[in-house]
Amino acid sequence: MVKTEKDLELTAKSCAKNLEDKFSGASGKIAVLICSGTGCLATGAKDILATFQEEIKNRKLEAKVEASKVGCFGFCSQGPFVKIMPKNIVYRGVKASDVSEILEKTVLGDEIIERLLYVDPVTKEKVSKLEDMAFYKKQIKVALYGCGIINPEDINEALGYGAYQGLKRALHMDPQEVINEVLTAGLRGRGGGGFPTGRKWQFAHDQVSDEKYVVCNGDEGDPGAFMDEGILEGNPLGVIEGMTIAGYAIGAKQGYFYVRAEYPTAVARLRNAIKQAEEMGFLGNNILGSNFSFNIGIRLGAGAFVCGEETALLNSIEGKRGMPRPRPPFPAVKGLWQKPSIINNVETLACVPFILREGASKFNALGTEKSKGTKVFALGGKVNNVGLVEVPMGITLRELIYDIGGGIPNGKKFKAIQTGGPSGGCLTEKDLDTPIDYDNLIAKGSMMGSGGAIVMDEDNCMVDVAKFYMDFICDESCGKCSPCRIGTKRMLEILNKITDGKGTLADLDELEELAQVVKANSVCGLGQTSANPIVSTMKQFKDEYMAHIVDKKCPAHVCKSLMKYVIVADKCKGCTLCARNCPVNAISGTVKQPHVIDQSKCIKCGLCQSNCRFDAIIKE
Amino acid sequence: MAKVNIKIEGHPYQVEEGLTILEAARECGYEIPTLCSFNHGECSLASCRVCLVEATGARGLVASCVYPVNEGMEITISSPKAVNARRASVELLLSNHSMNCQQCDKNGHCELLYVAQITGAREGKYLGSKTPTTVDELSPSIVRDTSKCILCGRCVARCVAAHGIGILGFEKRGFNTIVAPAANRSFAESPCLQCGQCVNVCPTGALMEKSEINLVDKAKMEGKFVVVQTAPAVRATLGEEFGMPIGTPVTGKMVAALKRLGFDRVYDTNFGADLTIMEEATELLNRVKNGGVLPMITSCSPGWINYAEYYYGDQLDHLSSCKSPHQMQGAIIKSYFAEKNGLDPKDIFVVSIMPCTAKKFEKSRDQFKHDGITDVDAVLTTRELAKLIKRSGINFTKLPDEEFDQDIMGEYSGAGVIFGATGGVMEAALRTAYFVLEGKEHEAIKFEQVRGMKGLKEASFKLGGIDIKVAVASGMRNAKVLLDQIREGKSPYTFIEIMCCPGGCINGGGQPYVKPQFLPNEDLNILDTYREKRANALYSEDERLTLRQSHNNSQIKDLYAKFLGEPNSEKAHHLLHTTYNKTRVRFPEK
Amino acid sequence: MAHLSASAVKQITEIVKRYENERTPLMMILSAIQSEYGYIPLDVQELVSDLTGIPVAEIYGVVTFYSFFSLNPKGKYVVGVCLGTACYVKGGQSIIDKFSELLGVKPGETTPDGLFTLSALRCIGACSIAPAVSINGKVYPKMTVGKVQEVIDEYRKLGGAN
Repeated sequence: MVKTEKDLELTAKSCAKNLEDKFSGASGKIAVLICSGTGCLATGAKDILATFQEEIKNRKLEAKVEASKVGCFGFCSQGPFVKIMPKNIVYRGVKASDVSEILEKTVLGDEIIERLLYVDPVTKEKVSKLEDMAFYKKQIKVALYGCGIINPEDINEALGYGAYQGLKRALHMDPQEVINEVLTAGLRGRGGGGFPTGRKWQFAHDQVSDEKYVVCNGDEGDPGAFMDEGILEGNPLGVIEGMTIAGYAIGAKQGYFYVRAEYPTAVARLRNAIKQAEEMGFLGNNILGSNFSFNIGIRLGAGAFVCGEETALLNSIEGKRGMPRPRPPFPAVKGLWQKPSIINNVETLACVPFILREGASKFNALGTEKSKGTKVFALGGKVNNVGLVEVPMGITLRELIYDIGGGIPNGKKFKAIQTGGPSGGCLTEKDLDTPIDYDNLIAKGSMMGSGGAIVMDEDNCMVDVAKFYMDFICDESCGKCSPCRIGTKRMLEILNKITDGKGTLADLDELEELAQVVKANSVCGLGQTSANPIVSTMKQFKDEYMAHIVDKKCPAHVCKSLMKYVIVADKCKGCTLCARNCPVNAISGTVKQPHVIDQSKCIKCGLCQSNCRFDAIIKE
Repeated sequence: MAKVNIKIEGHPYQVEEGLTILEAARECGYEIPTLCSFNHGECSLASCRVCLVEATGARGLVASCVYPVNEGMEITISSPKAVNARRASVELLLSNHSMNCQQCDKNGHCELLYVAQITGAREGKYLGSKTPTTVDELSPSIVRDTSKCILCGRCVARCVAAHGIGILGFEKRGFNTIVAPAANRSFAESPCLQCGQCVNVCPTGALMEKSEINLVDKAKMEGKFVVVQTAPAVRATLGEEFGMPIGTPVTGKMVAALKRLGFDRVYDTNFGADLTIMEEATELLNRVKNGGVLPMITSCSPGWINYAEYYYGDQLDHLSSCKSPHQMQGAIIKSYFAEKNGLDPKDIFVVSIMPCTAKKFEKSRDQFKHDGITDVDAVLTTRELAKLIKRSGINFTKLPDEEFDQDIMGEYSGAGVIFGATGGVMEAALRTAYFVLEGKEHEAIKFEQVRGMKGLKEASFKLGGIDIKVAVASGMRNAKVLLDQIREGKSPYTFIEIMCCPGGCINGGGQPYVKPQFLPNEDLNILDTYREKRANALYSEDERLTLRQSHNNSQIKDLYAKFLGEPNSEKAHHLLHTTYNKTRVRFPEK
Repeated sequence: MAHLSASAVKQITEIVKRYENERTPLMMILSAIQSEYGYIPLDVQELVSDLTGIPVAEIYGVVTFYSFFSLNPKGKYVVGVCLGTACYVKGGQSIIDKFSELLGVKPGETTPDGLFTLSALRCIGACSIAPAVSINGKVYPKMTVGKVQEVIDEYRKLGGAN
């Protein structure tokens, strides 16, 4: 139990010592850290940890070796990761079957297993330390504090790594001073809009009410983004501490997490962290001996993108359909159960302990003039290094895609990077040297959004991408207001028409008109931004739209109605594999002779192409 | 209330703080089109986006139905941006709407068509696929056609506001969203009261009464002897359908119209109301004297009966066993009247003109069928009667005043007339109870304590040495308060009047629509005052009559003397009383 | 409600009771029922309505609003094909098309033998291993059209056995 500041000081000191000893080997044990982010878990991290623990037990190595979880390393496409301390050796792509060898050679012996080392895609050199990997060189962990280092399920490791030092400082300040500190830091909402966090707090702080609430928006809806998931899995206590500080600042006694049910690991870690914080006295009454009391509950989403919209989220917590409320009144005035509330994104709250612990000036030293601090991006799509990266604001897209992301795989050509998810837009080659911050991205026709960054190459059809997002929005529209409910459907219908090869030039005008209507007339952000992917792709890739409409061709060979699979006679060896596996018997030909696809039968499933061992089947 | 200075279209105005832009604009003489907003925020989803305007201090366009005015705000309704936005919202709604406007029964009262006209919606704009449609015609009272629904949510809000039961809700999401009873069931398979309050607020033809005009036509063609009776509340509202001011009583013209429509007899259900008072007052006094179940509750309102059966099946003994007035009258027509006129009851067809959709359901209850004879064969709403009149080429406003047929059941009292307003049945009963218990007529005649549009009223009287405490409720939300008291054994009342619709039958689900945009000559706040105006039309007719107590109706006395014997006699029980369904299933298995 | 068994009534009553100290717990109640029963049929909603006083139309509206709640029982194996952006740009659509073809059901449907339900997921946060498929929580990374049959066979072999 940590009842006073003094308690915290002593506990933190001993925890820090333990952590240091763990990494330095002073504990007398070798520490094996296994990444336990969702990416690595999906590719076998759970088995790896279990195998390590079993082997350690079987070989009676308990006194010499300790295997434990750590939060996400971020470099998910190379996972699962295993890090061995104090030797500071990192293995990637580990399988459970490698465990025995790792134990013998690297943990007990001093041998490095070459095949498990990361190979730099550019220099082709093998790298054994994280800090030597280009992927990490430009990263700074603020929101992802402690990820890849501490066990997110152990509050003692977090306390040894600085947890609750921010709250301690905050409790020495007036609530207004805390808000000023956040304002000075220049922290802006990380959920998409970029509204100054301190101002949001100020509104709620200024309301007089018997009850106020802090709500953490963990309903990460952008399909293709997992920043909040990574933060909640790797740094749950940081978010809890941030929420507690927010509660102190606005005068709330109760906070709620609203988290996607799709993130079971994040939810479990969060529950565990809340429980440990309660047991230690960081939640509950008279925190750290002050007059401040604060409790936290968890509510789960149930699969509705619109609940990322803050008033829809409030309705969901209130047990209603997640339909946005008209504003005003704003949540800071009438929020959860009609009481003043602030809704902050996971990453926003995760930045707060840093600001209070390290001071506003350290935070606002990072970033650009109007966008301070760091931003976590979920870098994905057609890029070599897929994963979760945290970089200072102001880094360029080129640095993000090429330096950190390692460029485009398979020698393909970069076409666009999509940021801001279904509300955002596409940025192209000419934008690559633009520093990333809230205002620049908006000026370029996209937006920061929550941090999804999907790279696309020449094989992606931008009309199809626009259709993908519109299909998503149409599916996720709550149906409350007519412009979004009907307008998005109409836009999707037109896009379907175009990708089916039935589009006309008038359709483009209609799309533009609808985009404006839906933007101007919709109730909430979901509807207002729903046409952004269309507007952005129509602006940047007008030629692709024209190709679909005028030439009836899909240049990227994605739209099924506008492409076909053909067999290149020169390359076909007549192995018959494609013909044997074709589900509709559309391929004919004799053995050792070039085969032919009957286009009238072909359903364009692509199985033949994925089976062909001679690259003889192409799309055109 | 503090005032704020605003500008609308550049003109300065002072309006009350806290008003929405829509309300403020209305007070200043501007009418911003709107669909989903209704009655001071009773429904305020801000979802239709038809009321968008520009306002300084706001980002982009704002929904005037929810956005409050503030000091110095400049509001622009007529900018091209706002005009185009409103038009586009309407066009999108139309693109997902069943466009059979010519054949739609709501034509003439359709708010969507109205905003389409005033926003200048263009033909065929944004056409595309439509949301899958459900047409629910299973209920005898209400038809729900989702192809006409614009998801404004008014009906959802009204059902909760009036009754607290929330039969309707939004289902699914996005383009597939519909408004429906749970699981898109029929009203007939849901614990719906069939009261039609949702119909009254629906801006389009998505919710309508189930028309029975065809049944009446058929009966006439088959040569049936067609008797029509009209409920008290119909005379207070029928004129509205012909452009007359709200609150104009049109009893004489209504009778004249019915006679021109070729009905064989035109009677007033007030006769049935007087008969109800005789039976009900007797039942009450018997219960008081013999230690029967108290409080006793009126049973005139079929929506209320539905509510009682669905939600208070354990308390049905409190209900008076009396049939409702038109059912009583129907039973008398098919017995006493038939006998007197030498008619076979099978050849008589009774049409009730009612302010009510639930009466359509009520008439088909098993309890009201005896040996293949039903008390009442068709129920038309006030609105349907207006249609019938219009269809027949009758110029209603130019009609002379005529009298109901006077044979056998032509006489009626003012006590019967006031049945149409909340508290009316109670007052009528009190007039008679006073006479029975005090042995003389109540001098003032009126019992002001039970009048007025309040949802819940109570009063105490000492009559003939007996303390009588009464309560009056309209809207099931209010009734629930009284019923929960009863269930807990804490009810202090002797007699309770309950009417389903808020305000009573003058606000019934079959009454003319009160839509301010179609009533340019009414007050701005007509939605606040129409109930009272209609009720006053009834109270004024009561004042005009010399016969004002049910027990003084000589034809009623005659009926007892010559046919029924005395109130609550065996014969009266057989014809005029009913039973209730204690085990009515709220959600029948499918 | 008539055909809910006494034990089901008891269990659902217990679930509702579990959250009696929470403010507006409807979502929590429904989530618990969904995870314990796999679906939330109308008669269960009617019972929840009776126990909480929330109109059943409102509950039904909530159940049909959120894609996690299901009115019908799902198959023994729920094949969730991620169609988040990262998975989509890497061919997620062709994966779900293949599952759809081989299982003979559209997304959202269950095979007649009750073994498989095919569903399209909107990002499971496994973007690094796109395209991803999740079957009863087990994630299959970097799926290809060619692997689909193999994965189906794996579960067919397990069949209805528990």
